[in-house]
Amino acid sequence: MYSVIRTIFNEEHEMFRQSIKDFIAKEITPYNAEWEKNKMVSRESWKKLGDNGFLCIQAPEQFGGLNIQDFRYNAILVEELGLSGCSGPAIGYPLHNDIVFPYILHYGTEEAKAKYIPGMISGDLISAVAMTEPGAGSDLQAIRSTAVDMGDHYLINGSKTFITNGYLADVVVVAAKTDPKLGAKGISLFILDKNMEGFSKGVPFEKVGLHAQDTCELFFEDVRVPKENLLGKVGEGFKYLMTELAQERLIVGLAAVALAESAFLSTLEYVQQRKAFGKSISDFQNTRFKLAEMGAKLEQGRMYCDQLVSLHNDKKVDPAMASSAKYLLTELQCWVSDECVQLHGGYGYMWEYPVARAFADARVQRIYAGTNEIMKELIVRKLLK
Amino acid sequence: MKILVCITHVPDTTSKIQFTENNTKFDKSGVQFIIGPYDDYALARAVELKEQLGASLTVLNVGEAETEPTLRKALAIGADDAIRVNAFPSDSHFVATQIAAIAKENNYDLIMMGRESIDFNGGMVHGMVGELLGIPSVSPVMKLEVDGEIVKMAREIEGGKEYLEAKLPLVAGCQEPIAEWKIPNMRGIMSARTKPLQVKEAISEENATEVTAYQLPPAKGAVKLVDKDNVEELVRLLKNEAKVL
Ligand SMILES: Cc1cc2nc3c(=O)[nH]c(=O)nc-3n(C[C@H](O)[C@H](O)[C@H](O)COP(=O)(O)OP(=O)(O)OC[C@H]3O[C@@H](n4cnc5c(N)ncnc54)[C@H](O)[C@@H]3O)c2cc1C
Repeated sequence: MYSVIRTIFNEEHEMFRQSIKDFIAKEITPYNAEWEKNKMVSRESWKKLGDNGFLCIQAPEQFGGLNIQDFRYNAILVEELGLSGCSGPAIGYPLHNDIVFPYILHYGTEEAKAKYIPGMISGDLISAVAMTEPGAGSDLQAIRSTAVDMGDHYLINGSKTFITNGYLADVVVVAAKTDPKLGAKGISLFILDKNMEGFSKGVPFEKVGLHAQDTCELFFEDVRVPKENLLGKVGEGFKYLMTELAQERLIVGLAAVALAESAFLSTLEYVQQRKAFGKSISDFQNTRFKLAEMGAKLEQGRMYCDQLVSLHNDKKVDPAMASSAKYLLTELQCWVSDECVQLHGGYGYMWEYPVARAFADARVQRIYAGTNEIMKELIVRKLLK
Repeated sequence: MKILVCITHVPDTTSKIQFTENNTKFDKSGVQFIIGPYDDYALARAVELKEQLGASLTVLNVGEAETEPTLRKALAIGADDAIRVNAFPSDSHFVATQIAAIAKENNYDLIMMGRESIDFNGGMVHGMVGELLGIPSVSPVMKLEVDGEIVKMAREIEGGKEYLEAKLPLVAGCQEPIAEWKIPNMRGIMSARTKPLQVKEAISEENATEVTAYQLPPAKGAVKLVDKDNVEELVRLLKNEAKVL
């Protein structure tokens, strides 16, 4: 049996893990196929997560939060969602908790925090972060959306694409140029509200995988954004992105290992049941070696994740470390899910098999949150410094 | 109003069950433990009653130190405090005696537990506790409302339901659908660690019974598939091989 000895969790974490497992079994797994057809999870599922206190756990008490500053809980949520193999939920809920929410918490004005945080905790407000544009992905400094200071508000124009949670999102952190002449220093971040006039959305994209994820385009046409919705200072958006992207990349890495484990566990079962040449597939030496390779690397990946989670709790994970994790672990996920398909033969290519979905879902992990090529760039910059 | 819920600490229903020492001891290695599923229903209903009536809610387990995470989980679900009677729960009579002793000390109005544990399935403890305390004991209770001093219940009986009332104090052995299982929420988990968990020594009591051996059910044979058009073959197999017709 595949299992890894872990040392970073205490009794409360284990209780939390069990709660999350029970919650997923009751409220997520039974609905995931329907959500994949709908191209989005249900709003109700967000409310249920909120009712159980599983959203934005680090939020201060004054906003109705629990003020839990222990990243191990966040990591467990990602891990258990990943292990369930429900990839849409595994990407969408943590994006809200661990990627968007920190921008509002760390850089939001008091008015904005009071307005948005309670709803983000309860699941009434679903959130997204919008950096990528049709003409600028890796080259973030080249974004063209603009925010013009009109005295008592900002006027935002432009469009964004490939936005996770986009279709359902009520609150979106948007990167726009407050000074189009400048590169990185011209970027500022704003909170946009779906009710603002001039803010519209496309329909969810037809994607290769992550079918329960409502990835879509966003359009801004003369959107009037109140001054209090500026995050931090004008011109510092790029700096904030670089700071917060480390956690985003770490989360992608954690999800990668858990999703890969999910594919691996279903493969372990399959190869023992499936027969060929009068034997189980698991009796062939090739299968045995492949299983051993995957088991060993997943074990290594898991231990690496635990170490990173511990370090991150002590604020010791720098952007280059997070980039290494994102790069290595998403490559691991893609390799594992590909090998798992191979061990399933033709069945591995059939959508009804979890491993087929795992394979399709894995691919994008090397692309978003910064492509793995960009990750290598960030790693080498530190090496050559 | 004071409610006591007695919970068992039992192997997860998906655990692989094995025995050691010549089939006389249950092998705990690698087994994940949970609150007994029937006890979990009792606890869920008790949490609702606590909220509805402003009752206090204590959970009790007769068990060794390893059962404390299970008690903590009950605290996370909503109990106010916990008591662990420090002893191996060797048989139903022993456990009932311990529960009755705690109940005498604390005068609970309502004592709830599962209709049976899912490890040894004795289904006797609630009856014995009622007897030891000289109060009514009802099981299996699938519905329970408290109206002042009166408890209104529904019991499952062969082919139907029985509705009955009794006065507090009372012991109820519970089952679904008395309430829906509750998943500990984040607030509950964070508060569980600071709620009181008291450890009490067991009162001495002889076991009334002794287990001499356990036996696992025979391993399942291979599956035989019969073509859907070949009903006669299916009947023949059910008659001659499975011998169920
Ligand atoms: C399902 C999904 C969800 C997403 N969710 C979000 C979201 O929520 N918010 C958001 O803002 N964005 C999101 N994205 C966008 C994602 O982050 C971008 O697609 C990604 O950053 C790459 O940008 P691009 O698509 O423009 O590709 P490009 O930047 O055009 O890259 C094309 C290729 O060129 C390579 N390349 C580019 N620059 C270099 C370089 N300097 N050196 C070497 N190689 C280079 C890239 O690695 C890539 O292989 C999502 C994307 C997808 C597919």
